[in-house]
Amino acid sequence: MTFTVAPMPPLTVDAAAPNRLTQFELDFATKRRQARRNWAIGTLVLVSLFAFSAWIGDFFKITQVTMPDGAREWRWIIPAGLPRLGEYVSQTLPTLRWDSFWSDFGAWFWRWKTWLELLWETVLIAFMATTFGVVGGFLLSFPAARNLSPNKWVLWLTRRLLEITRTVPDIVWALIFVFCFSVGPLAGVLAIGTHACGALGKLYSEVNENIDMRPLEGVKAAGGTWFDQIRYGAVPQVLPNIISYTLLRFEINVRSSSIIGYVGAGGLGQEFRTAMSFQEYTDLSALFLIILATVIVIDYGSEKLRHKMIGMEDRP
Amino acid sequence: MSLTHAQIEQARARVPRAFHLPLALRLRRIALWTLFAGLMLYCLWVFNFSPTRIWIGLGRLGDVLGFMFPPYIWKSWTEFSEILKGLGETLSIAFMGTLLGAVVAFPLSFLGAKNINRLNGLRLGVRRGYDIIRAFETLILALIFIRAFGLGPLAGILAIAVSEVGTFAKLFSEAIENTSTKPIDGVKASGGTRFQQIRFGIAPQVNPVILSILLYNFESNVRSGTILGIVGAGGIGFLLSDRISAYKWDEAWSIIFLIIAMVYVIDHLSGIIRARIIGDWEGTK
Repeated sequence: MTFTVAPMPPLTVDAAAPNRLTQFELDFATKRRQARRNWAIGTLVLVSLFAFSAWIGDFFKITQVTMPDGAREWRWIIPAGLPRLGEYVSQTLPTLRWDSFWSDFGAWFWRWKTWLELLWETVLIAFMATTFGVVGGFLLSFPAARNLSPNKWVLWLTRRLLEITRTVPDIVWALIFVFCFSVGPLAGVLAIGTHACGALGKLYSEVNENIDMRPLEGVKAAGGTWFDQIRYGAVPQVLPNIISYTLLRFEINVRSSSIIGYVGAGGLGQEFRTAMSFQEYTDLSALFLIILATVIVIDYGSEKLRHKMIGMEDRP
Repeated sequence: MSLTHAQIEQARARVPRAFHLPLALRLRRIALWTLFAGLMLYCLWVFNFSPTRIWIGLGRLGDVLGFMFPPYIWKSWTEFSEILKGLGETLSIAFMGTLLGAVVAFPLSFLGAKNINRLNGLRLGVRRGYDIIRAFETLILALIFIRAFGLGPLAGILAIAVSEVGTFAKLFSEAIENTSTKPIDGVKASGGTRFQQIRFGIAPQVNPVILSILLYNFESNVRSGTILGIVGAGGIGFLLSDRISAYKWDEAWSIIFLIIAMVYVIDHLSGIIRARIIGDWEGTK
C-alpha cells in the first residue's frame, strides 16, 4: 500500500497579516467580555434564586429547642435538627446482640406475616395498575400521535387528557379514589393505573410518531380502515419499544404502590403510618429494608428481562 | 395481476414462521396468556372489584368530578396568597433539592466513572452505593426529615436532595464515561496535570450534558415537590390534601389545575433554557 502526500502549498507572507491579527485580538476581547458578562449575569440570577428559595424553604429559620437542662432556647434550624436526625435514626435501629442474634432478629421482624401479605398485595397492585395503564395508554397513544390521529380535535383532546392524568401525582389520585371507592387496594390500583396511563400514553405516542409510515400506506392502499392501518401497519413496529417501557413502568409502579398505602390505598405503605402512630420505631427500619430489597430485586429482574427482550429483537 | 398459488407456496417456504408458528412456541404463548389472565382474575377477586362497589364508586367519582365546574375562584387576597405561597414553596423545594443534590453528587460521580477511577472494586462499590440511594423513596425520606426538622419545606428539600444524589451521581458518571479521550490527550500532551485534564479536557464535554440532566430533574422534582406536602413536608401538597380531607372538592380541583399550569410553565421554560444554553445537543461524540 502506498500513500500519496499532497504537496505543501508554498509559504507566503501575507501583507494583511498584522491587520488580521489585530482584528482577531479585538474580536477575541469582545467575545471574552461578552462571555464574562453572561457569566456574571447567570451567577447573579442563580445566587438570587438560591437565596430566595433558601428563604422560602426555611433555611434561615430560627427555632426553639429544648436544652438538656429543660430550658428553651432559640437556635438556627439546621444545627438544631441534625442531632435529632441522628437520634431518630438510632431509635429505628434494632438491638441485635451476637449471642441472641436470631431471637433479636425475630423480634425486629415480629410482624413478618402481615408484612409478607402486604408485600404480595403491593406487587399485585403494581401488576394490575401496570396492566390498566398499558391498556389505557396503548389505546390512547394512537389518537395522541401526530401522524396517526384521525383528526385535530381528537389529537388535542387525548393529549390534554394524558397530560392531566400524568401531571396529577398518583398519590393525589389515591386521595381522590380513596374517597370514592373507600379504603383498600382497589383505590390504589385505580390511582396508579390512572397515572401510569398518562405517563405511558405519552411515551407510546412518542414511539408512534417515530414509525415508518410506509406499511400503513400499504394497508390503506389495500383498502384497510384506520383501525386496520394501526393494527397491521403501526402495532408490529412499536411493540418492542412498548414492552421495554412497560417493564420500566412496572418498576416505578412497585415503588409507588409501596408508599401509596400511606393515604389508605392498600399495600405496605399503611404499615409506615401504623408503626409511627404506635411508636414502633424499629418497625420502620424493617419496613424500609423490605421495600429496599423488593425494589432492588424487581429492578434487577426486569433489567434482565429487558435485555433479553432487546436481544431477541436482533435475532434473525 | 393476482397472486398465484405457486407464489404463495414460495413465500411459505421462504418465511415459514409468518404462516405457522411451531407448536412449542404456540403452547408457551398460550401458557403465558393463561397465567396472565389467571393472575388478573385473582387480583380482581382479592381486591374485591365487585360491580356494585365499582358502580357506587363511579357515582361518587362523578360527583367529585362535578365540582370541577364551575371552577372555584379565591375571593380574597389572603386566601389566594396562601395558595401562591404553597406553589412558591413547591418550586423552592424543587430548586434547592436539585441544586443541593447536584452539588453533593458532582464530586461523587467522578468516583464512579470508568475513565477517572481506575480501581475497579472501588468503582463498582460506589456504583452499588448510588443504586441504594436511588432506591430510597422520597416520601419515606421526607417522613424521616420531618422528625428532625419539623413540618415544613426544609424536610422536603432534604428529602429530594438525598434521593437526587443517587440519581445525579449515576447520570453524571455516565456522562463522564461517554466523553472522548482526544481533548484529554491534547491537554496531557501539552503538559497538563491530572486536574487540568479534567478541567479543560472533560468538563467542557460534560457541562452541557450535566445542565440538561439538571433541567430535566428539576422538572421531575417540581412534580414530586407537589406531593411531599401530603406527609407534611411543605409545598402545595399540604394545602391540597387539607382541602381534600375537608371535602372542599371545588377548591381542591382549582389547586390541581394550578399545579398542572405550574408544571406546564416550568416544562416550557426549561425547554427554552435548554435550547438557549445547549443548542441542539445530540450527545457526546
